[in-house]
Amino acid sequence: MQAAERPAPLAVKADPVLLRVKGVYKYFSVSGFGGSFVRAVDGVDLEIRRGEALGLVGESGCGKSTLARLITALLPVTAGEITFDGQDITKLRGTKLRRVRRKMQMIFQDPFASLDPRMTVGDIIQEPLDNFHVGSGKQKHERVQELLRLVGLNPNFTNRYPHEFSGGQRQRIGIARALAVNPSFIVCDEAVSALDVSIAAQIINLLQDLQREFNLTYLFIAHDLAVVRHLSDRIAVMYLGKVVETAGRNDIYDHNQHPYTKALLSSIPVPDPDVELRRAPILLEGEIPSPVNPPSGCRFHPRCPIARAPGICSEQEPLLEPHGQPDQMAACHFAGQA
Amino acid sequence: MAAPLLEIEDLHTQFFTSRGVVRAVDGVSLHVDAGETLGVVGESGCGKTITALSILRLVPDPGRITSGRIMFRGQDVTKMDDTEIRAFRGNDVAMIFQDPMTSLNPVTKIGPQIEEAMTAHDRFTREQARTRVIELLTRVRVPSAEKRVHDYPHQFSGGMRQRAMIAMGLSNEPSLLIADEPTTALDVTVQAQIIQLMKQLNRELGTAMMLITHNMALVASLCQRVVVMYAGRVVEEGPVERIFKSPQHPYTWSLLRSVPRVDEARKDRLVSIKGLPPDLLNPPPGCKFHPRCPFVVDRCKVEEPPLAEVDVNQLARCWVLMRTVTDSAVIAAKASALSVDAVQKLKAPGADHGGDAGVV
Repeated sequence: MQAAERPAPLAVKADPVLLRVKGVYKYFSVSGFGGSFVRAVDGVDLEIRRGEALGLVGESGCGKSTLARLITALLPVTAGEITFDGQDITKLRGTKLRRVRRKMQMIFQDPFASLDPRMTVGDIIQEPLDNFHVGSGKQKHERVQELLRLVGLNPNFTNRYPHEFSGGQRQRIGIARALAVNPSFIVCDEAVSALDVSIAAQIINLLQDLQREFNLTYLFIAHDLAVVRHLSDRIAVMYLGKVVETAGRNDIYDHNQHPYTKALLSSIPVPDPDVELRRAPILLEGEIPSPVNPPSGCRFHPRCPIARAPGICSEQEPLLEPHGQPDQMAACHFAGQA
Repeated sequence: MAAPLLEIEDLHTQFFTSRGVVRAVDGVSLHVDAGETLGVVGESGCGKTITALSILRLVPDPGRITSGRIMFRGQDVTKMDDTEIRAFRGNDVAMIFQDPMTSLNPVTKIGPQIEEAMTAHDRFTREQARTRVIELLTRVRVPSAEKRVHDYPHQFSGGMRQRAMIAMGLSNEPSLLIADEPTTALDVTVQAQIIQLMKQLNRELGTAMMLITHNMALVASLCQRVVVMYAGRVVEEGPVERIFKSPQHPYTWSLLRSVPRVDEARKDRLVSIKGLPPDLLNPPPGCKFHPRCPFVVDRCKVEEPPLAEVDVNQLARCWVLMRTVTDSAVIAAKASALSVDAVQKLKAPGADHGGDAGVV
């Protein structure tokens, strides 16, 4: 649908996958622990298709933000391959890496920390244009104004500073900056979680409108599953450095295969008192184990309500394999049995 | 009907800043019955936390309760002297906060910290307090409580810290527990554990609860009655089922439709409330919500509506009321706000200015 609208350059491949993550690991060494490592991302395979919005969910410390930083080449991988538009970006350096970076932009969680307080809004949005030497001074200025209008801000605000804006407005500035160089892929890391409800709704709607208008591919990282379900086409669930399940946004709710997905979804209260009367959350015992020393076998087994441990679950690590609906994968020895 | 446990009448709490007077709580009246759970919802700056702090007379400088009454069991909290208010805090009403790490003392062990809350009130001797700490921690389901009392707060995880805070809040058997965003800082699965715990404690101990939150789902899960606040005022109040099924104030209506539901497939755009909450130094005339209201009429701009009964036990502060709003007005309220003009210009050929020099 969107490929047709784009002028087709010669080397365009028919690959529907824009970004492919293959066996990616990221370990951080911990000093003072005798050469041990935090296994932040521990063997992840993932695909993001052109024009789709993929939601990545999981609790604090599951590795979702680290994965986002690997995907955008802000951190080097420990091992594995990340292919963006046919190129392995983990091996790119210099000019080639800069070219790829122009196509992928990021929107951050904290609109107070992600904008330089000493730069004007105009300079903030123009900075990516300067970095990539796009356009003349006048063209850049015009583009900044159009971008401000696009995200619903007054185009004459270019000389103001971030502190003059509210959280929601700052997030709009962050979105305008991300869109400045016409990226095809945008990573939103908890882009609305710091905002008040009514303002979050404005930003969610804006992100959806922008995706439709500019054929963007999104990776949404969030801990709020309701927001992710609303914004995404497909959802991947992470637990302790691994993807445990991927499925379409409705299948993940209606036909989830992994017991962690099931527990996570059942934990979320719904703004409807009738549903709340009936909702029986699956309460997980304990808390997420340390990623320095993850449990043997399936990492979820110490908290899993259906685990056979000691047994296969504590001994053998399950693979992410097709289960349930078409286009659904789960990493569980007893998928669908929770 | 018996008199309510807590009754706030026309409370005004104002902050006297160098830029002027901020009316953070501007004529709030509400009540909490014994044993019930009341939800107070609204966005940042609506005055929900300041209302709670006013009940405990803990409003930070330069804020002051300027008028109104806070009646607790027939006694006016605003008129208590220092000795009375100290006996009142913790004993009658206790409060737990959003971030358990900043509200616990990092250099005192968990056990002595909770003991201190009890011995400060001369209700329990030191020995009684010591055994009670373990009972309390067990009650809030801290595993191996007899060992964990010797831990420091940093040795507790976020969920465990919040449990310890709840134990401290309950330590003097208050009849009202105020919980200010008790689960916001926690992960989803831990959040579910704490919600479950609060439900059980409310059932087992009969402690009334005032839950302050921005999360409508949490209110649906925990509360029997709800008060919606906007710009320092109560804009709607009623039983949870009524407010969720048939909200009458446009702000409540928008708030409920501005959050996606995890249990429903995406059907519709979210309702987003345009603009920003008002500056309380300089609030708009008339209804405080009118600059953002999609269903505004002329009267809203000049005259503030009273909080009036709109149904049995349901009050709303609105001239329009959602039941009179037409379907077409509702559809219009959900329309896209994207500037068509700006989209066209940015999509125009050459708008990229750099050509397609990017990746193949």
